[in-house]
Amino acid sequence: MKILQQLGLTVFLIALLLFTSSIFTGNFSMKQKDFDAFLTEKNYKSEHFTEALQKAIVTPEPLSIFEFSKRVRQAVADNNAYYNTLIKKYNAEKNWKKKGAQYQYKINGKPHSISFEIAKKAGNGFVKENAGLSWLLTFGLGIVGALLFILPNIILLGKPGIKNNHIYQQSATNRGFMAWLVLVYLVVFYLVLYFMADYLVNWTFMLDPISKALNGGPASQWFVYGFLYCTIMLTMGVRMYIKYRHNKYQIIRTTSVLFFQIVFAFLIPEIMTSLNMPGYDFKNAFPLDYDFFFEWNLKSLTESGGIGIFILVWGIVLTLIIVPVMVYFFGKRWYCSWVCGCGGLAETLGDPYRQHSNKSLSAWKLERWLIHSVLVFSLVMTLVTLYCYFSGTSYFLGIKSQWIKDTYSFLIGAWFAGVIGTGFYPIFGNRVWCRFGCPLAAYLGLVQRFKSRFRITTNGGQCISCGNCSTYCEQGIDVRAYAQKGENIVRSSCVGCGICSAVCPRGVLKLENGPEEGRINPTEILLGNDVDLMQLVNKK
Amino acid sequence: MEHIVIIGNGISGVTAARHIRKNSDKQITIVSAETKYFFSRTALMYVYMGHMKFEHTQPYENWFWDKNNINLKEGYVTQVNTDDKLLSFKDNSTLSYDKLIIATGSKPNKFGWPGEDLKGVLGMYHKQDLENLEIYAPNKEVCKRAVIVGGGLIGIELAEMLRSRDIPVTFLVRESSFWNEVLPAQESEMINKHILEHHIDLRLSTHLKEIKSDENGNVKSVVIEETGEEIPCNVLGLTAGVSPNINFLKDSGIETKKGVLVNRFLETNIKDVYAIGDCAEQNEAIGLRRNIEAIWYTGRMMGETLAQTICGKPREYNPGHWFNSAKFLDIEYQTYGWVFSERNKKKYETYFQWKHSKQNSCITISYDAKTQQFLGINTFGIRMRHEKFNQWLTEKQSIQYVLKHLKDANFDPEFYSLYEKQIIAKFNIENNTQLRVKPKSWKRIFSKI
Repeated sequence: MKILQQLGLTVFLIALLLFTSSIFTGNFSMKQKDFDAFLTEKNYKSEHFTEALQKAIVTPEPLSIFEFSKRVRQAVADNNAYYNTLIKKYNAEKNWKKKGAQYQYKINGKPHSISFEIAKKAGNGFVKENAGLSWLLTFGLGIVGALLFILPNIILLGKPGIKNNHIYQQSATNRGFMAWLVLVYLVVFYLVLYFMADYLVNWTFMLDPISKALNGGPASQWFVYGFLYCTIMLTMGVRMYIKYRHNKYQIIRTTSVLFFQIVFAFLIPEIMTSLNMPGYDFKNAFPLDYDFFFEWNLKSLTESGGIGIFILVWGIVLTLIIVPVMVYFFGKRWYCSWVCGCGGLAETLGDPYRQHSNKSLSAWKLERWLIHSVLVFSLVMTLVTLYCYFSGTSYFLGIKSQWIKDTYSFLIGAWFAGVIGTGFYPIFGNRVWCRFGCPLAAYLGLVQRFKSRFRITTNGGQCISCGNCSTYCEQGIDVRAYAQKGENIVRSSCVGCGICSAVCPRGVLKLENGPEEGRINPTEILLGNDVDLMQLVNKK
Repeated sequence: MEHIVIIGNGISGVTAARHIRKNSDKQITIVSAETKYFFSRTALMYVYMGHMKFEHTQPYENWFWDKNNINLKEGYVTQVNTDDKLLSFKDNSTLSYDKLIIATGSKPNKFGWPGEDLKGVLGMYHKQDLENLEIYAPNKEVCKRAVIVGGGLIGIELAEMLRSRDIPVTFLVRESSFWNEVLPAQESEMINKHILEHHIDLRLSTHLKEIKSDENGNVKSVVIEETGEEIPCNVLGLTAGVSPNINFLKDSGIETKKGVLVNRFLETNIKDVYAIGDCAEQNEAIGLRRNIEAIWYTGRMMGETLAQTICGKPREYNPGHWFNSAKFLDIEYQTYGWVFSERNKKKYETYFQWKHSKQNSCITISYDAKTQQFLGINTFGIRMRHEKFNQWLTEKQSIQYVLKHLKDANFDPEFYSLYEKQIIAKFNIENNTQLRVKPKSWKRIFSKI
């Protein structure tokens, strides 16, 4: 069995190596014919640009994606620099008419995105020509390898039960060298995905056939990300099923997050796109879905007829009514660890790292400052955006609408949720984003703390202060601090993953929804002692 | 300001310190020779198994003690001078006190076996035992086999620890079935089977005769009394119970028997000297309890009680209904009220038992055959609500009442299969009754007596 695991790991690493190195393959120099077709389609006004671009990428010499990207970005930069000089010149001459005429020649958009768009058409090579085979050698082999690594645990872990042996003795799960390696890989992956997507264009070729089947179009980098996300969650979901096979709550919860990720976050939006509707993830609630009220989205929705209006209304109802009502009845877990995609990845891919959340009091303090700041930030941004949308201005409260949106997207959307949120899994735990950053979690947390039926009940005086619950709380809640005092745990950050209850060796913790009365139960003296003493002390 | 000195920073001493601090601004010093900061002894096993790091077993962050103005002194008390109210330490330093709380806990039992002090022979109680285990049993290459003597809670935990590193374990148990002086046969036999499933070489009705040494003073093997068989081993775990850790009190004038003798106010024979936790021995037994209870929970309760007395609100130690819990490998165990094993059963005591046909779940309910009063429950593989049973015991409910309302007491995680119907069906067949399970009621769960 151990040999099988070794084999699985080897196969997986080979797949990962192939997957990663596929980026470096292919030839991206363009044929004249294709280039002309591209120009006709794009209808660039700047001949300065098209000529430079043609010189740069229509060439018989083979271009790697990196060289290609560099040349395209150079052409864009040169072009924009050229016209900026002209604009400056006419500005100095106060020749407003001529100045104004130059803007149309500038190339708008992020250079890497323009490069991605052209690369998608220019690309040639093994991956593009053998998409199916490439898929099998990377995704396919990766899945097989991972499963070979995971499945033997049915036998290796022994009888069903909590099996956390050696978590703090292995490099990968104890912040060792392996963990740092994974961190670097993940961080680089996110940086490239968010900011240099054209480098990943070969990956999109692998998935073009699947994308075409689903939504009729070629795969974008976001399709790759979505597909990868689902694949990883499914594979690591199998791991969850095996690890917690004695625990029905975990089995059902894992099934739920997998279902919502694959069907709601991935399939439905893709199918909607193929039907010429705006692709929408019906479970992605504002303010986690921070661009829901952005102008482009409102415009797209209002122009999409009935379904657009339905989505608009649904999005608002989801945030204002469904989310808080569900939190009242079930706690924020219904969203954070049963439905949410971020939570879904954290509970599957992130499960081996859950013990790394910081349980110190200072971390809790930081958490409250940070997460509520992000909530305020997202609300201010939305307020500014909506005001500007309806009033047609571009400033509100002295804040430029475009600036605040860009800043939020960059800082929170890309860096916090992606690079830090997932990239830092192996060192800082699997819920960094959910605990410190997610504005929706902050909102749900406020409801959970002040108006909810959910609590983790502490079973009388049975706690032995062992610390398993606190150690394995992914949200960094010092569960034991409550349990050893006989207090129920009512905390805004609790996502109700249920692991504290699972790892407790004495059956002390139970997640449950019950009457609000008695939910918070400060007890100075623990159950089991003199009944009079308990009453005496607790009366004060 | 009155200076309270507590010897021992286990759960009893620390609980006392915390509650004294809550109720007063007395000067508090906790003395320990084991570790500077309080940790949960019951969690040491998880450190060896890699579930946690040692720091995770510490319930309070290190700044907690300073912030709450509780002094921590590391040192080994060699002498207690109750006339001058002075403690002497191994390093010749001294410390004076106004009130002294002895909370030094237990030490593993040794019965004078030849070779019991060899290298590689260890208990599983102190942090130092964990450190020794890392030296003598870091892996299966260094420790080719371990033998454990004594079939109690610590023994089975030590077996689980060693098995986590694939070290072969032979488990010598004096009794004819695991822990059957406490557990009814149904449960004891289920655990026997479960131990074997975990590939632990369980030897029942087996006594240790002799421990053999190699030329370097390391344990080499043990000899079994019954068969004379010699089992080679590199580690020998002695887990045949614990006894109060009070040798340092020998000449202090403080009255001791097995433990430090105390009255219901946890006072010793000497004024201003108290004892709590594992090391305290009640002059007279409380209810059906033993005079010495080496249990986490009782230590904590004594700490809570004594703190009130020290802070000027004298309280008798008056523990409520008995409860306890443990985990045998993968099987969780909880008990509320009194269930005695067949060997120790009271005359009036009758069992109702149920066992799942496949899983490791079962219960034993003890009740009074004549009055039908519910006396206690052992539950294995099913979690139950402490408060509910506490209430039912106080209310002296009948077994019929308890069975009917069993759903109120279930504490398993959501979506777990529940067995109340099966349980009550079995009772109905055995007793020719027509009881029905009532649906779970939050109102009843929250009702207080």
